[in-house]
Amino acid sequence: VCIHRVRSCSSIRFIKSKYVCVFDKSALKFSHQQRLFRTSPVSCGQIVQFKLSDIGEGITEVTVKEWYIKEGDSVSQFDSICEVQSDKASVTITSRYDGIIRKLHYSIDDIAFVGKPLVDIEIDASKGVSPEEDVVETPPMSHEEHTHQEIKGHKTLATPAVRRLAMENNIKLSEVVGTGKDNRILKEDILNYLAKQTGAILPPSPKAEIVPPVGRTEAVPAAPKDKARRIPVPVSRPIAFSGKDRTEPVTGFQKAMVKTMSAALKIPHFGYSDEVDLTQLVQLREELKPLAEIRGVKLSFMPFFIKAASLGLLQYPILNASLDENCQNVTYKASHNIGVAMDTEQGLIVPNVKNVQVCSVFDIAVELNRLQSLGSAGQLGTSDLTGGTFTLSNIGTIGGTYAKPVILPPEVAIGALGKIQVLPRFNGKGEVFKAQIMNVSWSADHRIIDGATMARFSNLWKSYLENPASMLLDLK
Amino acid sequence: MVLPSLKNCLWLSCVLRTPKACFWSTAGGGLIIQSVSNDVYQNLAVEDWIHDHMDLEKQQILFLWRNSPAVVIGRHQNPWQECNLRLLRQKNIKLARRRSGGGTVYHDLGNVNLTFFTTRKKYERMGNLKLIVKALKTLRPQLDVHVTDRYDILLNKQYKISGTAAKLGRTSAYHHCTLLCNADRFVLSSVLKSPYKGLKSNATPSVPASVKNLFEEDASLTSEILLDAIAKEYAVQHQIDHHITLINPADETLLPGISNKTKELQTWEWVYGKTPKFSISTCLNMAYKDSVLDVKVDMDVKHGRIEACNVDLPEQWLPPGLYSELVKSLTGSKFCPNEITMLVTTLLKVCPQDDELHSRWSLLCENMIRLM
Repeated sequence: VCIHRVRSCSSIRFIKSKYVCVFDKSALKFSHQQRLFRTSPVSCGQIVQFKLSDIGEGITEVTVKEWYIKEGDSVSQFDSICEVQSDKASVTITSRYDGIIRKLHYSIDDIAFVGKPLVDIEIDASKGVSPEEDVVETPPMSHEEHTHQEIKGHKTLATPAVRRLAMENNIKLSEVVGTGKDNRILKEDILNYLAKQTGAILPPSPKAEIVPPVGRTEAVPAAPKDKARRIPVPVSRPIAFSGKDRTEPVTGFQKAMVKTMSAALKIPHFGYSDEVDLTQLVQLREELKPLAEIRGVKLSFMPFFIKAASLGLLQYPILNASLDENCQNVTYKASHNIGVAMDTEQGLIVPNVKNVQVCSVFDIAVELNRLQSLGSAGQLGTSDLTGGTFTLSNIGTIGGTYAKPVILPPEVAIGALGKIQVLPRFNGKGEVFKAQIMNVSWSADHRIIDGATMARFSNLWKSYLENPASMLLDLK
Repeated sequence: MVLPSLKNCLWLSCVLRTPKACFWSTAGGGLIIQSVSNDVYQNLAVEDWIHDHMDLEKQQILFLWRNSPAVVIGRHQNPWQECNLRLLRQKNIKLARRRSGGGTVYHDLGNVNLTFFTTRKKYERMGNLKLIVKALKTLRPQLDVHVTDRYDILLNKQYKISGTAAKLGRTSAYHHCTLLCNADRFVLSSVLKSPYKGLKSNATPSVPASVKNLFEEDASLTSEILLDAIAKEYAVQHQIDHHITLINPADETLLPGISNKTKELQTWEWVYGKTPKFSISTCLNMAYKDSVLDVKVDMDVKHGRIEACNVDLPEQWLPPGLYSELVKSLTGSKFCPNEITMLVTTLLKVCPQDDELHSRWSLLCENMIRLM
């Protein structure tokens, strides 16, 4: 820090301009240029020790529980600095000054003393603040201007003068786009905001007001460079977009998904799609729904899809198999543990219904209800989420027709079900009728599954659903 | 009891300048409001809102509220240390972290919450608690209740019926406390007992106390009667009308920004992520085949996420590659059973297809998840 100070203060002209610019427009222009060479937020400021003020009730010491800032951060007056605790009271300590934090006197869980320094803040020399004033002295203002810091750590940077201007005009600082350094809100930003609100053309403020801390708020003069008084022209500053990119580490469940999906795409996929006429199934479900409700179970279409898939797997067991790592052995799984993809807040999870081959449609519905309520409560157990052998993804509940699902290792096949649409189709007599059509898109591992097998399985599955009565013949 | 101030005041003209002014300003130096909601997050958000936005110089506020079953931990506490999170999840009891300090409490409709809002200068807890005791004694003179040095209220000199916490900001402060009228003591004692062993943390610990409901002392007392008595005493002491104004914490026009505050209080980052750094050092007793394995587990958790993790497994019990994969994935993950369950089951998909391996993996993971 010291070195920086020497470097930037070594230019005599620079120092001069800081104090002279108040009255001299040319100096203002000069410091404008000089500013371009400054690269670090350094100011030739004084270090002020911000002491921990009185907490009340005769308390002399507190425990520091959380820091909201770190050394090197810039703070504005009223920004939250830290949270301390004393005897069941949690106190938010806010900054008295605008400046840069230079030193934290305590670590987390240290005992801090009232009246002793809490942090060192470097403030602007031109501000000339006397550090001994008591924190509580400032008159209580109503907090409409959102002077507090929000949980996520977003600070609205603005000097007290700017804040007052905002408050007087009933403007929320959070709605103003700041164009100063670090998205600091400048007086011009408030004026521009107001101009946009009222549609008025505001005259540029007289020279003397633009002044204060040129060092930090870098007031760009809004007035035309001419000395003569002209008709004021509104400064149409290009709308500064203050959104920033946000980078987050990939952790936890997402990390695991990265691994699984990378492995999944190593599997040579092939796709096969078809449409299924669910007209009869829709009718059947309407009849069965109330019966299931009496038994306390919600009956959707999935139990039928799942059971039909299991019946199909009995004829084509290779779709319920697993290929080992070295592609040396194929294991035909005895149980049909059919996974059902679910979309939750945390992401995609695939719990499975165990042993569908010995379950009735109603049993499957019961189990699905259980998995769905656990899934939405975030309480699925490991056994519900492991051991799957085949998966169905009902993406149609969200939307879509055809899809290209990704196989979930160590499985070898997966089906994605589109939404049910009412479409015109021709019947046997050549007449047009209203059909309930759903599209299915299968993906399978081409290393051990061929197109013909997938097609035949799909046809069988489709025939069970298009003519639900045929399921009765093969139900075990 | 409802002050029709909403309808009476010049609502529309107020909206343009300071909409809150009309609703909030009454004659006299005090205002009594009661929440119509039983949602703990909404009610905590109202406290935040008043603390951040109200000018309490001219008038102080008393806020009355009750919550459906919830456990509320203090600002700097560790939920794993304070309560039985497994039981909370099972019973669908909410967990909230408030902004004031202090210890953990169980709320249900039989527990009444009172918040005293003042300027920072006028912050004074003893006075508030004495007000409550006076109200109780006025209502039932034979009640033996008094305030202790620790800012608790005791019944019959033994049973704690009220706990206190406070929050101080730059210009405002609030002191809130509970009052046990007719809470479910059985649930209370079971959820406030933590089953998690081996936790080491600097988080504020709660001080357990024997509690009793006022209802058990005098069966004629209900939450409503108590709330009314306290409001009456507050009105007397602040020389205002004994009027309780109802407030809806979902009203965005009255409380602009309240829905954001409510949402933030529910985020994982606030409820769990604000837990001070802690470590776990414990032993898993895993029953595997014919023996019981003692497995030492050490974990560091910061901001609610696993910073470091070590499991002392018998050699080659899991292939070393798999073990390091597990540790790598756990690092940086939320210390949350759901997140970890999804993580470990997803990882299993890319493991070699070996039944023995799978059952070992599942056993280890299930035991580790039980720590959360």
